[in-house]
Amino acid sequence: MEYFVQQLINGITLGSIYGLIAIGYTMVYGIIGMINFAHGDIFMVGAFIALISFLTLVAIGLTAIPVALFIVLLIAMGLTALYGWTVERLAYRPLRHSFRLAPLISAIGMSIILQNYVQVAQSARVKPLPPLIEGTHVIIESDVFSVELSNIQIIVVLTTLALMIVFSWIVGKTRLGRDMRACEQDLKMASLLGVNIDRTISLTFVIGAALASVAGIMYLLYYGVIDFFIGFVAGVKAFTAAVLGGIGSLPGAMLGGLLIGLIETFWSAYFSIEYKDVAAFSILIVVLIFLPTGILGRPEVEKV
Amino acid sequence: MSPSPSVQDNSANTLGISVLAAALKEAALAALVALGLFFFLIGIKTDQGPTGALVIMPRFEALAMIVGAVFTGSFLRALIAGNKSIMSRVELPAWIVPKLQWAGRFMGAAFLVFALALPFLFFNNRYVLDLGILVLTYVMLGWGLNIVVGLAGLLDLGYVAFYAVGAYSYALLAQNFGLSFWIGLPLAGILAAFWGVLLGFPVLRLRGDYLAIVTLGFGEIIRLVLLNWRDLTGGPNGISGIPRPSFFGLPFDESANGFAATFGLEFTPTHRLVFLFYLILALALVTNWVTLRLRRLPIGRAWEALREDEIACRALGINTTNTKLTAFAIGAMFGGFSGAFFATRQSFISPESFNFGESALVLAIVVLGGMGSQLGVAIAALAMIGGFELFRGFEQYRMLLFGATMVIIMIWRPRGLIATRTPSLLLAAGKAKSASSNRDGDGR
Repeated sequence: MEYFVQQLINGITLGSIYGLIAIGYTMVYGIIGMINFAHGDIFMVGAFIALISFLTLVAIGLTAIPVALFIVLLIAMGLTALYGWTVERLAYRPLRHSFRLAPLISAIGMSIILQNYVQVAQSARVKPLPPLIEGTHVIIESDVFSVELSNIQIIVVLTTLALMIVFSWIVGKTRLGRDMRACEQDLKMASLLGVNIDRTISLTFVIGAALASVAGIMYLLYYGVIDFFIGFVAGVKAFTAAVLGGIGSLPGAMLGGLLIGLIETFWSAYFSIEYKDVAAFSILIVVLIFLPTGILGRPEVEKV
Repeated sequence: MSPSPSVQDNSANTLGISVLAAALKEAALAALVALGLFFFLIGIKTDQGPTGALVIMPRFEALAMIVGAVFTGSFLRALIAGNKSIMSRVELPAWIVPKLQWAGRFMGAAFLVFALALPFLFFNNRYVLDLGILVLTYVMLGWGLNIVVGLAGLLDLGYVAFYAVGAYSYALLAQNFGLSFWIGLPLAGILAAFWGVLLGFPVLRLRGDYLAIVTLGFGEIIRLVLLNWRDLTGGPNGISGIPRPSFFGLPFDESANGFAATFGLEFTPTHRLVFLFYLILALALVTNWVTLRLRRLPIGRAWEALREDEIACRALGINTTNTKLTAFAIGAMFGGFSGAFFATRQSFISPESFNFGESALVLAIVVLGGMGSQLGVAIAALAMIGGFELFRGFEQYRMLLFGATMVIIMIWRPRGLIATRTPSLLLAAGKAKSASSNRDGDGR
């Protein structure tokens, strides 16, 4: 029982990170119907920017960790958003009217570029960061197994919640959110009604990248080690989460993220840790076959 | 009075200045974006310090160089191209298309003659022979994937899975049951095709991009299983000592009944290399021949129709699932053949060789060559693998380069460098379909 609760906590933490990345996939897919294959690598770039900017801040003498982390958050969100914008501008926008597979192939190319660019610029070795946020709370005392909730887990879940609230407000209540929803329903009609499509799509990428960078920071703080390859697996899992929750649906992305995080954690805890990625990929295949619209998604109507 | 020449000069000057100012402004913006993008990732380098913790080192010269390059590049672009975007497709001039077609007719034959003669020209050059074998392996993989991507229009990101299935099938059959290469080769192909059907059957109802992700997942699953199923596959250590192929039962060794002794030749290890070269050449040519023949059959026509418009296909009564499934299975079979060849050539295989990068490389070859064009794929394989050899000292940069190639090709020439597809069906004296006649792709 205690073991189960502990895994539940770990799973929710991991699921929050996947959920934040999944939002980027689901938004882009909802609006322009393409899988942004490079999104996982944007997440990785976000983690790297956070790591390097943190080290820089420490080097120039800023040692108050909460302040430093807050500045890192702002820097990473801003610069990763710039990456999202640039990627869209260079690799996707010119292909908006090309044939169906063109943007996907271009996105795969972009993903390879980002991965290898970080590898060339920062070397292929893993980058460790000593734990910055320490302290744990024992929730359930037991002789065999004590359930612990660490401060970092609390921060991850709370940050995710806060971002979800802000983001839902943006999509639901602001002018930008209305434009995004309009584009999602019908791109051409939205442009006829005076929605600036290019700007809206750009901003979608920017927001998605900013959220991914937050996920990157939390991944960095939670695991304490990153390398240039983390984006690939995390990206596929987050995409699975987006599909599981119903692609195009924001609560769905978060729900899917939580489910994937829980499944992965429980799988590692009770079956085998070696096959945890196989479990995640298998879920993707099973979901796409039996539940292609996901849990909260709308059925897709194929138009001629 | 008519306006004096000086006034005209003035307006020309202001025009020039405004163009210059606009270009400067654009370049400055681009440089600013570049500064933001590269400041932390290039401007500051992290390294393992003496205590094991990370230390940072500024690398501002590199940053300045890159930002400067972006500034200059975007300034020149703005000056030369004005408002015209470079992000538009590049069309070949009209006069060159028929000439290319004319050249293409002979180019295939010329390549074939060159490939046939290569072992004689470079008999003593192991390096060239090895490179030739490598290029031909990728040509074959490219042609195999071309059936799936180029003809049937299904984006398969897990093609390397079938390559792996073929390689491991042959290796395990040879090691556990002592089967020779010539029995193992067809079996490997059949097993790979079987896996293709197994994977394809449930997922082929999916839309194009979902299919891509599922095949990616499938490729990763195969790799992870190979990596973790230690009893069967040896896990990360792989399988070594895979038997080499023999020349109709004659092994390539120094023994009395070896290849060299039987034909009264002096023994040299090059014989095996030459044999492997011709073997993969033959396999690749079989792939090509089968593809070309299939394209004339109803099933091949159905593939190409499917690529152009799936809904129309369904309306015409084509069973899309079966059609996709055959494309998948046949593509997988050729992947399996090349896998078996890879295993026997290397005599050692491990899951390392079958990662996503390999799938992406084969896909890049198909995309670069022009999806559907056989000659294009061969040239792209030669350019990519040969290009890799040229960049030998810059291993890190080559993946970067081919990622960029994929993006640039999609933007400039989405139908590939050699986008002149020979149509499989001609109505009158045929005009080949060129990139320009089908600029908006798949008819969606």
